[in-house]
Amino acid sequence: MSTSNATQKDITMPQLAESLVSATIAKWLKRPGESVDLYEPICEVITDKVNAEIPSTEEGIMGELLAAEGQEVAVGEIICRIAVAGGSPETSQPSNEAASKASGQVPAGASAAPSAAQASQPAASQAAGVPRPAGEARARYSPAVQALAAQHGLDPAVIPGSGMGGRVTRKDVLQYLERGGASQAASAAPAAQPSPQASAASIAAPQPPQFAAPQAAAYNEVRHSGLHLSENPPLPKIEIEDGGRGSNETFIDVTPIRNTIATRMRQSVAEIPHGWMMIEVDMTNLVKLRNKYKDEFKRKEGVNLTYPAFVIKAVVNAIKDYPIMNSVWAVDKIIVKRDINISLAVGTEDSVLTPVIKKADQKNIAGLAMEIDDLARRTRERTLKLDDMQGGTFTVNNTGSFGSILSQPIINYPQAAQLTFESIVKRPVVINDMVGVRSMANFCLSLDHRILDGLICGRFLQRVKENLEGYSMDTKLY
Amino acid sequence: MPMMEYIDAIRLAMKEEMEQDPSVFVLGEDVGVKGGVFTTTKGLQDQFGEDRVIDTPLAESAIAGVAIGAAMVGMKPIAEMQYSDFMLPATNQIISEAAKIRYRSNNDWDCPVVVRAPIGGGIFGGLYHSQCPESIFFGTPGLKIVAPYSAYDAKGLLKAAIRDPDPVLFFENKKCYKLIKEDVPDDDYVVPIGKANLLREGDDITVISYSLPLHFAMQAAEELEKEGITSHILDLRSLQPLDKDAIVEAVRRTGKVLIVHEDNKTGGIGGEVAAIIAEECLYDLDAPIRRLCGPDAPAMPINPPQEKFFMLSKDKLLDAMRELALY
Repeated sequence: MSTSNATQKDITMPQLAESLVSATIAKWLKRPGESVDLYEPICEVITDKVNAEIPSTEEGIMGELLAAEGQEVAVGEIICRIAVAGGSPETSQPSNEAASKASGQVPAGASAAPSAAQASQPAASQAAGVPRPAGEARARYSPAVQALAAQHGLDPAVIPGSGMGGRVTRKDVLQYLERGGASQAASAAPAAQPSPQASAASIAAPQPPQFAAPQAAAYNEVRHSGLHLSENPPLPKIEIEDGGRGSNETFIDVTPIRNTIATRMRQSVAEIPHGWMMIEVDMTNLVKLRNKYKDEFKRKEGVNLTYPAFVIKAVVNAIKDYPIMNSVWAVDKIIVKRDINISLAVGTEDSVLTPVIKKADQKNIAGLAMEIDDLARRTRERTLKLDDMQGGTFTVNNTGSFGSILSQPIINYPQAAQLTFESIVKRPVVINDMVGVRSMANFCLSLDHRILDGLICGRFLQRVKENLEGYSMDTKLY
Repeated sequence: MPMMEYIDAIRLAMKEEMEQDPSVFVLGEDVGVKGGVFTTTKGLQDQFGEDRVIDTPLAESAIAGVAIGAAMVGMKPIAEMQYSDFMLPATNQIISEAAKIRYRSNNDWDCPVVVRAPIGGGIFGGLYHSQCPESIFFGTPGLKIVAPYSAYDAKGLLKAAIRDPDPVLFFENKKCYKLIKEDVPDDDYVVPIGKANLLREGDDITVISYSLPLHFAMQAAEELEKEGITSHILDLRSLQPLDKDAIVEAVRRTGKVLIVHEDNKTGGIGGEVAAIIAEECLYDLDAPIRRLCGPDAPAMPINPPQEKFFMLSKDKLLDAMRELALY
């Protein structure tokens, strides 16, 4: 398979995106000895931004693979070599015979491979027959070229172009005719009868030296990756209305807490690929349970028996079954937290805070209710301590308290998920083919899709639902 | 054959015509005693006297008007505009009178006047001494316009202009006055008006120009020849009428045309030449028609760096010609 005139071309890891410095080879799509077309994918790579196929920058036979599957390779490092047929027109342009033979064969070896490529992609091989143009001007013919071509019954596509971007110039046509055009066509297009003198003439055909520079420039325009990830999207132009300045606007200073919220929200949205799911829960039994105990509880404990206490208990029990919900993304690993510390989103007039119920898995419903009451009160009184804010592993947000029935929370960075508990509303529901009035509530889950997928989250939500619907008049608060 | 400067060739043409034809006379600002600010008419007053070499007031409309009137009654006046920039007060006389007399009088009257005016920059002349006003007169039927680039053509064209039965604008290039020095025959020859002149033959690109930039084109062509690019260079010589046949033939030779003039691009002679090519030669074109001209700025600046920027040069021609050859 190694022919004397084949040269080994190094294929390097391309820069798939601006910030990437390396990529991991996932799978080789071409094995040594297989033929490779230009731009044909040779391997799959994994990066922390994209998974992509690497297109070949050469046409030839795959040689040595220098990077193993699973190996991380720096951008610019050689990943493999491709044997490219040596530059002379004789070898790069197989005869008509060879092409027709090869099309019926399994390609093996350097000489057959380009033929097979030709058989499958006639357009590409025709372009390869002449000094490869690559420029867009290649197929645009000036009126003079068209007129000359028509006059002499020529196809200008077979004439080597020396102009800008590989353009066929009028002079190219004239020189082509001077050299006995038809015979030269034989070397470029297999249709005509080849003669030894003609092929010699085409090899000897001198290229004017001054045309070398623009042609080289045209080569450089060939894409290397096939991806355009490094393109910067244009920034939208924002125009500020001129009129009424000072009268229609007021300025609110950004407080430190507002600044922190903004930073954290931005960080979460920017870093975490948010997924979103929603489930519907029949709360009727829970409503009855709470109504049964709430007055007594208030009297006895001095605090309100609120729905979130029940909800958090249900969530915590579900997390126990699906501990992956209680985790953090750490780039090369996922850290699963043993303690279940529930962050409770508490809104105030001008901010939202997430004080933490520590070790929520060790508390019963009454304990949760008292802690929720305590945290909510201290949030509104602004007497939370730093320690109250730290260590959260999962967030529950009682969005129903401000009337929402559907929301799409932004995950409390760096947690893996956040659950919202929407308004309980009475709705007609079909149960056993009968319509009944039930107290229904939606639960929405935003999830870090790096850690969690739909299946596990669906199961988690189903468990939350079962836990909530499983409350009965027998359920104990203590 | 004596070597002489472009300016000497112009003077010689006037001298020879005045010697041969007593109806030929010169008028203009400082043409007599001083012999012209450029010395174009130096010695003529001594030879032909005050009546045939007339110093006029600073009034170009009067110079043109007097010359037109004299021409209508059988004289052959050569009216000198000291700079073509100063010619504009005379445009009414030239465009509305001289150009139209034969037509309006149904061929009863004619106006064999010559208006000489130096054009072009590159002499640190600034706004009022560097203009190229040929586009102002170019679209006026009834006028002939010539613009020689060589000393030989300057003499031959001026003699043709003086002998022409109709008004001729003779745009001599003031940068060429002393720059161009070449053999000029002292015999009585004429360069016909309306005939372009092929200066150089080549197969890669065609350059069409007139006046000073042709020298840059010739120098650039010399350098490009070393790179293997050959240039076909046509001197229009006569702007009105244009030699269409010569233009078409020159275009057909290479299919790639660069039109060059110092006058600014918009509304310049090059636009008309390009239109002729588009009308006559579409199927001969191998590249878009290119123009290299002075910038569309109001005037030539007087400071040297900006003047250099404004002016055409061998290097500018070289770049434009090479780019077209590589297209």
